[in-house]
Amino acid sequence: MTTKLRYERPIIKKLESNMPNKFGMRTEFEPVTHIDNVSVNSLIEDFGSPVFVLSERKIRKTFNQARQAFETRYPRVQFAWSYKTNYLSAVCNVFHQEGSWAEVVSGFEYDKAIKNGVDGSKIIFNGPDKTEEDLRKAITNNSLIHIDHLDELYLLQDIARSTRQRPKVAIRVNMDTGIYPMWDRFGFNYENGQAWDALNKIMFSGQMDLVGLHTHIGTFMLSPNAYAVAASKLANLAQRVQQKYNHEISYIDMGGGFASRNTLKGSYLPGIDTNPHIDDFAEAITSALINSEYRPKTPPLLILETGRALIDEAGYLLGSVIANKRLSDGRRSTILDIGVNLLFTSFWYNHKVTPAQEFTSYTEDTVLYGPLCMNIDVIRESISLPLLNKGDKVVVHHVGAYNMTQWMQFITLRPKVVMIDLDSKPHVIRENESLNSLQDFEKIPQHLANFEL
Amino acid sequence: MKIKNNIAVSDNGFIFNPASGESFSANPVGLEMLNLLRKGKEAEEVIREIETKYQVDSSTLERDLNDFIEMLKQYHLTVIDDE
Repeated sequence: MTTKLRYERPIIKKLESNMPNKFGMRTEFEPVTHIDNVSVNSLIEDFGSPVFVLSERKIRKTFNQARQAFETRYPRVQFAWSYKTNYLSAVCNVFHQEGSWAEVVSGFEYDKAIKNGVDGSKIIFNGPDKTEEDLRKAITNNSLIHIDHLDELYLLQDIARSTRQRPKVAIRVNMDTGIYPMWDRFGFNYENGQAWDALNKIMFSGQMDLVGLHTHIGTFMLSPNAYAVAASKLANLAQRVQQKYNHEISYIDMGGGFASRNTLKGSYLPGIDTNPHIDDFAEAITSALINSEYRPKTPPLLILETGRALIDEAGYLLGSVIANKRLSDGRRSTILDIGVNLLFTSFWYNHKVTPAQEFTSYTEDTVLYGPLCMNIDVIRESISLPLLNKGDKVVVHHVGAYNMTQWMQFITLRPKVVMIDLDSKPHVIRENESLNSLQDFEKIPQHLANFEL
Repeated sequence: MKIKNNIAVSDNGFIFNPASGESFSANPVGLEMLNLLRKGKEAEEVIREIETKYQVDSSTLERDLNDFIEMLKQYHLTVIDDE
């Protein structure tokens, strides 16, 4: 009996004879069959589809590269893990084990950091919404409170006066760094003198310890030079405080916002080739600080709150093909079990998607849809992929940042999150949701309890 | 459904439509289906022939062949019924 040939579904592609692309066609049919030596198929078999997978090895490696980038250029560096980027406790604790403090932006995140075992004095409390209760707790725990607006400054003064405690504070400064959009909604403006005014108020009050200066100039920044401008402006403020009050600022917090390796929508070239490396940001920031006029006895501690650039590449979302369809204009569309409710970042990025099994070199231009019965559920508008079949597995790359915090339960339930440890052993770090996880929060009034149809 | 008889098809899957000047490429299964259709075979016969040669079930084949024929129509490689 003769062996039958391996089947691949038929395709016919029109050969375009217009201007060739000088950068070459980028196809993404290189299969990714394993993550940290664990097969994608076994992960889906054991933990379901879709499933988020985080690589502990990759997190630690990326963190250490970033640490090295800054520590080789500046004597005193401290990272603070940005909780909002990914606050699964297992993830936070990897960063805490590596020496990161915690950077939080809400009372709930603050409590989570305390619960994870972070000492209060190593929690940076940012954000415009800190309640009086939050502030009292943070003051008692000696946390670093970054003041966002004058109302918060006055509230802190009142608490300090009534409790006779001295809050440790910094102000958040917004400024023109030559980039658009300028984030002026958070903190006090540098150019119009608001920031200087706020610093004077703190120093005059005599009831708070001004320990730092903070800025966070934007998100997914592609210009390292903007950080150099920001660092110079903060150093200038520190120098003016030193001159006027003979008071040394003990840290300068440059925030985060460094681009990861993802490709922003509308970019011509892939982010992995064009986005600045962490070394570029480190060079810009540290050079600006070292070359500034601010010369205290001890160089200020340089704090970095980078989130995305440290976790994005360590996150993968594995899923399966539900169906293939042909659109009215002849384009191929493929429906995955991964929706935008899980992959929030697909609104910003052209995520890299690769198959998890071997294919021939034939590819098709495909639209990737999610499973939601909503028109907005598009994972990629156009991607060149091999001939995927129902049931085939795919890997979405660089999903570690924001998806596991901004995801939502909508039409489908949220899946498991698995972390692969340094010995290539997978651990569930967050269980999948069930109907009960939703129903438990609901209440039905008595008169709506029953009905007849 | 018939394939236009002036369509040129090479052994390695290169397809040329002299009427429009457009060219196309097909993978091996696509090429085989196209050649069977060019010989005037009906869909059922095409399915039967491919099934004996490849590791595939007939329902998958039927779905894929329909999709393939749809693409041939899209690319104006078929004769419109009333032509």
